[in-house]
Amino acid sequence: MTTTDSTPTSERGAAEVSTAGGTGTRGTRIIGIATIVAMGWLVAFGLGFSPEDRDQREAVRLLYVHVPTIWIAYLAFTVTAIGSGMYLFRRSLGWDRLAGASAEIGTVFVAVTLVVGALWGRLTWGVFWQWDARLTTTALLFVTYVGYLAVRRLDGTHEQRARRSAVIGLIAVLEIPLVHWSVRLWRSLHQEATVLGTDADVSMDGLMLFSLFVGVVAFSLLYVWLVMHRTRGMFMEDYLDDRGLDVALAARRAEASAALPARATGQSSEGTS
Amino acid sequence: MEDAGFIIGSYALTFVTVGLLAWRYVRGGRKLADHVPDEEKYWL
Repeated sequence: MTTTDSTPTSERGAAEVSTAGGTGTRGTRIIGIATIVAMGWLVAFGLGFSPEDRDQREAVRLLYVHVPTIWIAYLAFTVTAIGSGMYLFRRSLGWDRLAGASAEIGTVFVAVTLVVGALWGRLTWGVFWQWDARLTTTALLFVTYVGYLAVRRLDGTHEQRARRSAVIGLIAVLEIPLVHWSVRLWRSLHQEATVLGTDADVSMDGLMLFSLFVGVVAFSLLYVWLVMHRTRGMFMEDYLDDRGLDVALAARRAEASAALPARATGQSSEGTS
Repeated sequence: MEDAGFIIGSYALTFVTVGLLAWRYVRGGRKLADHVPDEEKYWL
């Protein structure tokens, strides 16, 4: 006897589904290999080919990691804001997942920036930390996005999660100009922007600028690779959440429908006695 | 190289951190993929 499975996919048991790899595709593999190659170049140029700076000496090598990570964090939080705005406009959870994934990665990048910056500060200023405008606003940026990620984990439906976090994502992005311009708005120990300044005059050695460029390319590729994997992971988390709820509702309905005939039988037998 | 410990340590810390994040995403994705039908995975 042959049977056909007419059960909708969303109601099938976990044991019946098959798997074809995780969140990887040909595209992610190509980006992943490109990222590894670019990271290799970053190590070669950052630690080897780049000359030492006249003032900072060897400590300049830290900037090939410190600067790209904060730039990519800015990009990540901007993508979070765009994803948040698009969610509120289109009400599609795909945008919310993009916003969430980007915020997670951006937060890790800011953490790296803060730690590497502290090590750079120890070599250059002689201290790991100062309550300087740039450092303080960057720490505030980090704490804000930790808060954003905490809000994403609050109880509620996916739509409630998306709505709450979208509002925060749109407000939190306003901190980026504050962080970037903090060195001009307040007296700061931190140096002003060398590349993204207002005068468009980049006074850097060519090999140093190229090393920085390699760092930006490497971390940009890494960011894209991470976002692709994380958004797919989040999609599966949401899918399993929904299906878990469907299974629970189906079990509750089955319990209720099993209880109804029994109750009806009990009532009829009471009536006849 | 002066201050090699700080400099190499910073690079190592960065690569370990992003490497752990990447590993967590890939491993998490593989675990979740076991429970999701292939036809639902829009990227396949």
